[in-house]
Amino acid sequence: MTGARTIVGATGDWELAIGLEVHAQVATQSKLFSGAATAFGAAANAQVSLVDAAMPGMLPVINRAAVDQAIRTGLALGAEINRFSVFDRKNYFYPDLPQGYQISQYRHPIVGAGELRIDMPDGRTRVVGIERLHLEQDAGKLVHDRSATDSHVDLNRAGIPLMEIVSRPDLRDWEEAGAYLRKLRALLRAIGSCDGNMEQGSLRADANVSVRRPGAPLGTRCEIKNLNSVRFLMRAIETEAGRQVALLEAGEIVHQETRLYDPQRNETRAMRSKEDAHDYRYFPDPDLVPLQLSESRIERLRGSLPELPDETRERLIRDYGLTPYDASVLVADPDAPRFFEAAARDRSGKRVANWIVTNLFGALNEAGHTLAESPVSAPDLGQLVGLIENGTISDRIARDVFDEMFRTGASPQSIVDARGLRQIQDTDAIDAAIDAVLAANPGQLDQYRAGKTKVLGWFVGQVMKATRGQANPGLVNERLRQKLDGDGEA
Amino acid sequence: MSSDLARLGVAEAADGLAAGDCSAVELVEACIAAQEAARDLNVVVADTAERARAAAVHADQRRRRNEARPLEGIPVAVKDIFCTEGVATTACSRILDGFVPEYESTVSARLWEAGAILVGKTNMDEFAMGSSNETSRCGPVRNPWSPVDGPSLVPGGSSGGSAAVVAASAVPAALGTDTGGSIRQPASFCGVVGLKPTYGRCSRWGIIAFASSLDQAGPLTRSVADAALILEHIAGFDPRDSTSADLAVPDLHAALQGNVKGLRVGVPSEYRLDSLPSSISDLWEQGIVWFRDAGAELREVSLPHTRYALPAYYIVAPAEASANLARYDGVRFGARSMGTDPDELYTRTRRDGFGEEVRRRIMIGGYVLSEGYYDAYYLRAQQVRTRIAEDFRQAFQDVDVLLTPTTPSSAFPEGDKTDDPLAMYVNDIFTVPASLAGLPAISVPAGLDEAGLPLGLQLVGRAFDEVTLLQAATILEDAAGTFRPPTVAA
Repeated sequence: MTGARTIVGATGDWELAIGLEVHAQVATQSKLFSGAATAFGAAANAQVSLVDAAMPGMLPVINRAAVDQAIRTGLALGAEINRFSVFDRKNYFYPDLPQGYQISQYRHPIVGAGELRIDMPDGRTRVVGIERLHLEQDAGKLVHDRSATDSHVDLNRAGIPLMEIVSRPDLRDWEEAGAYLRKLRALLRAIGSCDGNMEQGSLRADANVSVRRPGAPLGTRCEIKNLNSVRFLMRAIETEAGRQVALLEAGEIVHQETRLYDPQRNETRAMRSKEDAHDYRYFPDPDLVPLQLSESRIERLRGSLPELPDETRERLIRDYGLTPYDASVLVADPDAPRFFEAAARDRSGKRVANWIVTNLFGALNEAGHTLAESPVSAPDLGQLVGLIENGTISDRIARDVFDEMFRTGASPQSIVDARGLRQIQDTDAIDAAIDAVLAANPGQLDQYRAGKTKVLGWFVGQVMKATRGQANPGLVNERLRQKLDGDGEA
Repeated sequence: MSSDLARLGVAEAADGLAAGDCSAVELVEACIAAQEAARDLNVVVADTAERARAAAVHADQRRRRNEARPLEGIPVAVKDIFCTEGVATTACSRILDGFVPEYESTVSARLWEAGAILVGKTNMDEFAMGSSNETSRCGPVRNPWSPVDGPSLVPGGSSGGSAAVVAASAVPAALGTDTGGSIRQPASFCGVVGLKPTYGRCSRWGIIAFASSLDQAGPLTRSVADAALILEHIAGFDPRDSTSADLAVPDLHAALQGNVKGLRVGVPSEYRLDSLPSSISDLWEQGIVWFRDAGAELREVSLPHTRYALPAYYIVAPAEASANLARYDGVRFGARSMGTDPDELYTRTRRDGFGEEVRRRIMIGGYVLSEGYYDAYYLRAQQVRTRIAEDFRQAFQDVDVLLTPTTPSSAFPEGDKTDDPLAMYVNDIFTVPASLAGLPAISVPAGLDEAGLPLGLQLVGRAFDEVTLLQAATILEDAAGTFRPPTVAA
């Protein structure tokens, strides 16, 4: 496991084994077994059908669109599509579960084994096994803050279609787990089977974490439930692994249990242990017939897939000469490759990618915007890079121009024109500025002549300052050297 | 005159209405009066008189405008397990106290669309669990064949109210549901025709579920032709029930005029139980003779797995019921017994709301599905079910219908078997195999035992071949004649 982190304990090294169960809300107009709407943010219980409320005599009917999205996701994961799958009832009582059972797929999931490739910042690539993907319905939610004594139930989420995507315990540290979740989100968004919105709960992860001595069999795992951001996922895993190592090094044992992560305290807490785990009494739902998929349906869905992130990544590296890491970062956002390609038309792809990954993503992140909401358009970013490439502005000026573009949405050309930021290429003007600086600083000039050549950089800075940064730095350097080291006429 | 009108069958009443011999108002009034007069039978659990009267006025208006539909003005009673819009529906369980559906079951809606009128919701075993109508929270139904000064006899169950109200000539037809014999057994006990269609022939949407893979709606009538007529109007594909068959419904009523020459009738040897009372085995022999006399070919057939049917049924049905009844939790509708936390709320609500037999079956169902027992019970029972279906498939290679007794006894006194659930379950011994195989079956009144109580013979047909089944049933009916309880007989 080269490259993956280990935990260095008092008694030696520990390796991690992590498997993720990701719940992805299927992007459909209606619920998995009823016609009710799925839009986020509706008033409580506004999107509940008789089926969702489990009224007597109501029956589920499968939503074909949700099945199609599960198949497309399976195909995108290079997974086996099971031609025969079965919906089971998972029985337990909870006020947010109107039927008293969740309809899920237990023994025969719709999608079998597949894989997902992740690219790490240090250039490593890992292939993570996918064990299965199955369809199931979400539960509603309890609302406790409406009254001091009563709880309320909101069933808007009840029956919303989820894909549960289960990885093998192939992830070796929290960085890999984070990369996996980001990559999976990118894939789901690229094919449109899930909007990947973690804030709205469209994507949540449970992490199975265990530790072991290098090369030893897998240790006892704990499952951390309901992690709703990449950051929390990573911190929860790191924290949980630390807890387990501390236990084992103290001679204690890890109990298999379900735990919750508290981000405030950065700790995990036991939720329930295996001993009082539910017996879910799974059995095939007799209200639904087994799902049988035709070859033609699968082929039609295969044909509906767009270019997948890994394919886009390879193409960006090949056609634009991007570094594998920049290409990976770009494909992590399904809107970014198109943005990049629009900006990179007739420009250096590498430079454009660098501007997007470093400057644009940084600014968007800080402002809390998505790429779709970017105030800087792709053609404008391309134009900015063009102005650098043709020498109109320097990289430093370009950063100022970018800041203004981001603030105002104006085009770089108009900013450069309005603010007179065009780079000074005229040697006479540069010479005049140099002369003025040298004349004003005889002391430094003497130092230089006495052999302290480092002062050259200081002079360059002064000239740039005098020209408000608009002088071409290369030319300033060149002319300064000539004047200082030349015939000494100054 | 009014009690004479209530004695009309469906086809007779339709003819009378069409000929102008009577009005819908008169017919409905006659049935309301007859149900009132039969109050001591305790057949009706929800009063529908006012609605029925209004509907009858409407029906007569339509007829005057020449807009009469096929069943215009025909009164039909409906088992309390069908959700009826605006009319209390409780499945005769305390836990559904106060529940008034905002929707109409597909099957009953089809009747009303054909012009029929709801006259009486009928008593039943709680959640259709029972064979004597004694588990009803509305109290037992008295079989109209009970001796005037003798003990009250049970009408059978679970559709006991529907069978009794038809036998008492207080309505031309009633709807029941059959899971393991719940239409056929009470039909036999009450001397009426009871038809369980092929599983999937009629929609289950809006019918309170007992065991989803077995439940099927069907008619109870005083003639085979009437059963055919009602089935024709309730059958057909329903996109809201995934298990309903997308098949055309044949013209069943017309098919009865068809020729039955060359009909091959099978007699399963495994049904010849030593314990069978001679009155029943004699009647069965009589049935064989009737068929032979009518020109049918009689064949002995073997259904080798018959003896496993009852145990398999009493695993599968409770298993499904345990999940189907989980929705009655006191959270959204029906009765609620308060608790300080959800678990206490569930426990109290369900303990207070469900009767003993229902609780027993939920416990059995939970047990056979639980971890470690699933394979030995539920899975095994499903395998038995497959074998039983295969037995029938084999038999139907050689014969067109099977002839068996409907029940192992005639109606028994109230309280006779309430302390012995197993003795009660044995009532279903001849009806359960066809249920497990999903086949259509009908009980036709065929004679009286030495105590003067009615006995039915059962015919089982091929899946979706109700036409042949009903044709064969008319042979029995023609040979045996019809039976009315002495108290009702003119």
